[in-house]
Amino acid sequence: MSHKHIKTISDPKLKLEVLTKEEVLRIHEATLNIIENVGVRFPSQRALDIWQAHGADVDREKKIVRAKPQLIEDALKKCPPKYVLGARDPQQDLPLDGNHVCLGTDGCGVEIIDIETGEKRTSRLQDVRDISRVADATEEVAFHWVPLSAQDAPVEARGLHELKAVWENSTKHVQTESIYNVEEAKASMEMLEILAGSKEEMRKRPMLSLMQCTAPPLGHDGGSLDAALIAAEHGVPTGFMTMSACLTTGPATMAGTLAVGNAEVIAATALLQLAYPGAPVFYAAAQTASDPRSGAYTGGGPEDFLFGAATNVLSDFYNIPLSMGSFATGAKEPNWQAGLEGSLSTFMASVVMSDMLLGVGFLHGSRIWSYAEMMMDCEIFSIIEKMMHGIVVDEETLAMEAIAAVGPGGHYLAQKHTRNHMRDLFLPQFLDRRPYTQWEDKGDDARDWATAKAKKILHEHQPDPLDEKISKEFERIIKSVEKS
Amino acid sequence: MSEELEALFKDMAQSIIDGDSDISVELAKKSIEMNIPPLDAITKGFVVGVNYIGDQFGAGEAFLPELVMAGEAMKAAVATLEPELIKLGEARETMGRVVLATVEGDIHEIGKTLVGTMLSASGFEVTDLGVDQPADKIIGKAIEIDASLIGMSALLTTTMVRQREVIEEMDKEGLRPKIKVMVGGAPITRDWATKIKADGYSEDAVGAVKLAKELVGKADA
Repeated sequence: MSHKHIKTISDPKLKLEVLTKEEVLRIHEATLNIIENVGVRFPSQRALDIWQAHGADVDREKKIVRAKPQLIEDALKKCPPKYVLGARDPQQDLPLDGNHVCLGTDGCGVEIIDIETGEKRTSRLQDVRDISRVADATEEVAFHWVPLSAQDAPVEARGLHELKAVWENSTKHVQTESIYNVEEAKASMEMLEILAGSKEEMRKRPMLSLMQCTAPPLGHDGGSLDAALIAAEHGVPTGFMTMSACLTTGPATMAGTLAVGNAEVIAATALLQLAYPGAPVFYAAAQTASDPRSGAYTGGGPEDFLFGAATNVLSDFYNIPLSMGSFATGAKEPNWQAGLEGSLSTFMASVVMSDMLLGVGFLHGSRIWSYAEMMMDCEIFSIIEKMMHGIVVDEETLAMEAIAAVGPGGHYLAQKHTRNHMRDLFLPQFLDRRPYTQWEDKGDDARDWATAKAKKILHEHQPDPLDEKISKEFERIIKSVEKS
Repeated sequence: MSEELEALFKDMAQSIIDGDSDISVELAKKSIEMNIPPLDAITKGFVVGVNYIGDQFGAGEAFLPELVMAGEAMKAAVATLEPELIKLGEARETMGRVVLATVEGDIHEIGKTLVGTMLSASGFEVTDLGVDQPADKIIGKAIEIDASLIGMSALLTTTMVRQREVIEEMDKEGLRPKIKVMVGGAPITRDWATKIKADGYSEDAVGAVKLAKELVGKADA
């Protein structure tokens, strides 16, 4: 059941205009205004030095940088608009070219619904291996995010253990948000070089990309900045993700939240370009609205869906790929809310051709992993992929011959045209189309089927193994980072 | 109570309900000029507003920003009255002293800050140490101010282990159960709180206030 083929959305027929050109410009100008006058916090000596060397106004004490629009705009022009995310298996390389929507697993959670016991428990390294193996076998998952925190691995090398676990269990590209200090960043670059074979190959087809969360509002984490600079130096794609939330870490209004998050992302992106012009970068975002009654992170709702569509318009404006949060849900189990939020967020992010979608598998605001949710999320993506192709209208699809042959009355079941095209129709795995009595007798549903599918993959699927010598090298590098 | 006094107390409560720090401070100053006992200004004036917003919030009528702004207006008013209280040798009755901090290596504090605002609004005396705080700083401050409660937050699975270090250190020094510990943050679960022997954990700020009251033995307040 191994799928070497990866399902991505390309050549879309559906379109949506969520922001006009003028509106994008206004957000851009507001963003530049924020960076120039309010400033963004960069708590990293190295980052502040770079800003200062390029003439930005640097407040060393508060670690706040204020930069002129020209400096930001010139730096952003150096971002490469297109590049490839490499995979261990080259036929699974992913083109970030504006014409592909690639789906990832979500990350980085702390609990999992154990597939054998059905009980919720703390995540561990073995879960990272298992989920990677299931994702490897799944056609819809194009790349991995480290899905869960390996909480049984030593803190100082946890991010490295996670990377090793994914690479050993899948041939697909890996993106991590869990490398956020100098030691682990350097070690991960070492691991990547060994995997790629050489520094040149590592640049050409980077099999790893790094995602760093911003520290909203208008701030960054020092370790994240240093790690991102190390990645950029090695030509490893790096993105900064804003999770700006209306009401708490962003203004109550959506436009204001877009602007403040945009300032976080493009200021850090500009920093990487100032340090390493032409380094591959991406925009990353998962804005949301806090619940007005509690301030809680919602991960879902109409604001999320609109942010999902709007952000790619911004990243297109800067001509860099986007990694967009979708499938986020506040649901506590795979249910109506999970289906609703997963579908609408992913549709909105897909219809504007966000390059990467993050991602499948989570419940409760990206905290709890569920294999059933993962499988059902994959089906939602497949449905949206099908929808994005739209309706083809040509001589063949108008089916005039078949219509004439059947005439009024009768049916199309015995037509050759039908046989030729029946497989164009979507065939669901988890939508219940059975007779009512069958459902009544069995009492099962999509969640049972999805869990069963994941179990089957876990029992049967063996990914292409990683060279043992490479694994041994990984071990050596990880050991060197671990405290004795 | 004179009509003038009654009107003043009403305005005080309203300034809190409106979340208007400028007006609450102005009214606090006015009460000092009028020689109104500062404790009266607090309990008969401002606190009435806090309680009203608290009830509204509990009923789902008021939103979080209204609660936060009410808390800020209350804090500003009390700060204005504080010197008078000290002069008179009086102290506002508090629910207890709390030290809040985001643990070492972690800079994510919005949740913790929110908890601080809500605790203050609920009558706790809050000392918020901010982010990236090592165990000795947190514990030292708690001893210094004779705190009855420490609250710690962490957003990363790599920093949440620091919560355990603080608790272990406190146990080593025999500071518990005199000082209670509550933990929070996105990756924190009930299991984690139990595992590290915290006295309690909450997923949000409203729950944190309820928990804090329970931990200081004032659940009904």
